[in-house]
Amino acid sequence: MDINSILFYVFSAILLFSGLKVISAKNPVHSALYLVLAFITASCLWMMLGAEFLSLTLILVYVGAVMVLFLFVVMMLDVDLETLRRGFWKNLPLALVLGVVVAVEMLLVILKHPLTDVVVNAEPVTTLSNSNILGWILYTQYSYVVELASMVLLLGLVVAVALTLRKSDKAAKYQNISKQVAVDSRTRFKMVKMDAEVEEEHKGEQQ
Amino acid sequence: MVEFFQNLLGHDLGYVIGYVIKALVVIIPLTLVVAYVTLAERRILGFMHARIGANRVGPFGLFQPFADLLKFVFKEIITPTKASSGVFYLAPAVILICALATWAVVPFAPDLYFTNVNAGILYVTAISSLGIYGIILAGWAGNSKYSFLGGIRATAQMISYELAMGFGIVGVLMVSGSLSFIDIVNDQAIGKMHGSLLSWNWLPMFPLFLIYLISGVAETNRAPFDVCEGESEIVAGFHVEYSGTPFALFMLAEYASMILVSTLTTIMFLGGWLSPFPTTWGVLGTASMAWLVVKVLILLFGFIWYRASFPRYRYDQIMRLGWKVFLPITLVWIFVLGAWMVSPLSIWNY
Repeated sequence: MDINSILFYVFSAILLFSGLKVISAKNPVHSALYLVLAFITASCLWMMLGAEFLSLTLILVYVGAVMVLFLFVVMMLDVDLETLRRGFWKNLPLALVLGVVVAVEMLLVILKHPLTDVVVNAEPVTTLSNSNILGWILYTQYSYVVELASMVLLLGLVVAVALTLRKSDKAAKYQNISKQVAVDSRTRFKMVKMDAEVEEEHKGEQQ
Repeated sequence: MVEFFQNLLGHDLGYVIGYVIKALVVIIPLTLVVAYVTLAERRILGFMHARIGANRVGPFGLFQPFADLLKFVFKEIITPTKASSGVFYLAPAVILICALATWAVVPFAPDLYFTNVNAGILYVTAISSLGIYGIILAGWAGNSKYSFLGGIRATAQMISYELAMGFGIVGVLMVSGSLSFIDIVNDQAIGKMHGSLLSWNWLPMFPLFLIYLISGVAETNRAPFDVCEGESEIVAGFHVEYSGTPFALFMLAEYASMILVSTLTTIMFLGGWLSPFPTTWGVLGTASMAWLVVKVLILLFGFIWYRASFPRYRYDQIMRLGWKVFLPITLVWIFVLGAWMVSPLSIWNY
């Protein structure tokens, strides 16, 4: 067994283990952390396949941004695990049925197109790096799809802003940032000329 | 070097040992530089505050970093009773590993690097975004409100400024068309200005360069953006609960990432190891690692200088600066850059 296969099995074992721990860990922060571990191991597996752009983007987007926000929410909400686990036995039959359906579907696909049919050790077609190739394809062949996807994301952004914007509240106070930034020493601070004040009775105490 | 060990110890074992030694060759000098940057910071701050600074241990205080290290190592490591102990000790490890692992792809000279990968910039951004976990976990695991608030502040700030930095990088990628650091530096050596000071990326991308520089200060949580420490409000930020060696690891990571940001700025905007003088000037005109070191040291001096000069920002001002000032400017400049590149005035057609 060469070093690549050993690494593959090690990473796969970690991936399966952490995936299992995501749903079985007692502490919600720990399960979020196991999910991070799962993402990183998946990205290592992609890296071994030579898909360096995808694997680094997986870390950058999912681990670096999405999971951090996830952790924020999980840490700040007081999640009571007992109430979450209460419905376990009631929901188990439905979950089992759904799981079996998904497993059967995956099996059908895999049996129809066995994995060995995919050329694993194909020679690279070009010498370009795969970020370069992906860029070309996304912005030529799939440019409309990229535009469409970005419009969907923009929509999400606008909706999120619209949901949180509550300017109508008259009682709320807002800072006028441009006013704050525009102040200088002359508007805040005035030099006054006056005679020194000397109080006779305190003169002795100061020593 | 790796081939030498492969001949000596066989293919696989030699490969591993060769790369471990290669990694140590990068990490040990880096740690030493970190040690002396802390000393330099104390001496320079002392000078700027018109006081003396650390000058007792050894000549000019040169052994002060080692005295500090010994003090940290021999201090008792205190684990808070309600801390989540696994995560509590995972956090400094994560932050240190990420701070050191980014150096794997950073080149120091055209033929001096640990690895030259064709997605170097992506790798650096990905790994440094992992470093955020160290901070957020350290803040959470100590089970203290102060450290948690510090951790949340630091994380929100780092995520915000990562965006501005990312767009700064996008500008560089647009003109060099490569994700490899070596290609980026080589691209700055040619052009209309024939590789002089003026052909480096800082001039045509001046707004991006400035924003990258400032965001780098914010990203490393240094003054004037060091609200995560904000000792007047939250004691000492995300590492309140740490003592001894784990605390030293946070310090080591902070200074290592300071040096990293300076090096990346140098490589992407200031021509890396290229010389500012014409090539006819002999030693002064040749590209070498010395130029990289000089530029990095200048930027590092800047980091310390800002700390002595600027008062700390208010937190909402930091967020406003990142999202409402820097991000729009970078977006506009990327648009301008794109228009410039396709126009007949483009200086990148060669």
